[in-house]
Amino acid sequence: MKIERAMWLHEQHELLLEELCELSGLSEAELRELVDYGVLAPIDSHAQHWTFSADRLIVARSARRLRKDFDLDPHGVALAVALLERVHDLEAELRDLRAKLPGGGAE
Amino acid sequence: MKYKDYYGVMGVDRKASAEEIKNAYRKLARKYHPDVSKERDAEEKFKELGEAYETLRDPEKRAAYDQLGSHRPGQEFRPPPGWEQQFGGGSFSFDDIDLGDLFAGLAGGMHRARRGGGKVPVPGEDYEVTAHITLEEAYRGTEVDLELTVPEYDERGFPRRVRHAFKARIPKGATDGQRLRLPGKGGKGLNGGRGGDLYLNIALHPHRLFRVSGHDLFLDLPLAPWEAVLGTSVQVSTLGGSVRLKVPPGTHAGRQLRLAGRGLPKPHAGAGDLFAIVQIVVPTVTSERERALFKELAEASTFNPRGHFEQEAAK
Repeated sequence: MKIERAMWLHEQHELLLEELCELSGLSEAELRELVDYGVLAPIDSHAQHWTFSADRLIVARSARRLRKDFDLDPHGVALAVALLERVHDLEAELRDLRAKLPGGGAE
Repeated sequence: MKYKDYYGVMGVDRKASAEEIKNAYRKLARKYHPDVSKERDAEEKFKELGEAYETLRDPEKRAAYDQLGSHRPGQEFRPPPGWEQQFGGGSFSFDDIDLGDLFAGLAGGMHRARRGGGKVPVPGEDYEVTAHITLEEAYRGTEVDLELTVPEYDERGFPRRVRHAFKARIPKGATDGQRLRLPGKGGKGLNGGRGGDLYLNIALHPHRLFRVSGHDLFLDLPLAPWEAVLGTSVQVSTLGGSVRLKVPPGTHAGRQLRLAGRGLPKPHAGAGDLFAIVQIVVPTVTSERERALFKELAEASTFNPRGHFEQEAAK
């Protein structure tokens, strides 16, 4: 059986704006709007051709799903994505604190 | 063909208005949307909900669905004769067809045909699966067996469920929550559209010894009181084999002793660290001789672990 190679989605890989559009299913206008609303940031916003960290694809895909599934306008998408990112950060912090507790915090 | 109770999934009456259906969808979507929900089976429940809503929100699809009558969910049934004609298709076998695929594919074809539609390339659907791997597998890199059942449409737009089984290589460097992308391994594109992608979400099984935070690992290191006072050298397990760790004299509980680079490897270069967290443990059963020695120590020692309590009380 052929073995498929998986590709990393983390900050050391970069995606072009066009690639991010194709893979997330968002149009270029929608992506630029998400950048305007601060949901996504290109690596260098002054660059002529925007590139993004590959992990931003996860955020862009989530934004597209939220917009479509909840019928959200760009403001709503920006708010939902910002809150979700905060939840993820807090969950990561909680995992980190649990890992540092003797016994993993279990009694 | 197996019956699916879309009204039941949405928890609405068969006579529900479009507004009631929309409200029911919004309420359930907030509960089960995979980006938002922490419910078990959220992904599966949301898929069922989406399928039900896509059919019931569209008056034409809803009318076609209503003509199928009401059956028990999962019950084998046959649509009334000629039912498929309204989709603009010829007659075909309903065996093994998924009702949701039928509405998604045929109704799409119906709308495209009405618009006089040409053959617009449609990209295949993306899928997400969680790969549960052990910490040892993440450390070394591993292969996982994946299986995906996706709808594929023939040139007339008739759906068939096709099973794809393949192996995927997860390179070393993965950790909990990491995402990987398998290009082209999702659903098949239509009219020359590109294949969808498969997204892998890495989930690590809990480990007997190590706890994970990013690429760092944490391990409890129990020490006897005298080991903590006098210092010692102990054998510690790491994912790459045992190493000796020097415990300096006067090590207190909670101190983190770092073993640099002994955590999980990072995707490109380097590795996280392993932290041994000191715990002072005491024997629960002691011999007479041990108790005598502890008593002697208690009498000889001037150490006061609660000196700061007394200073506080004296203020």
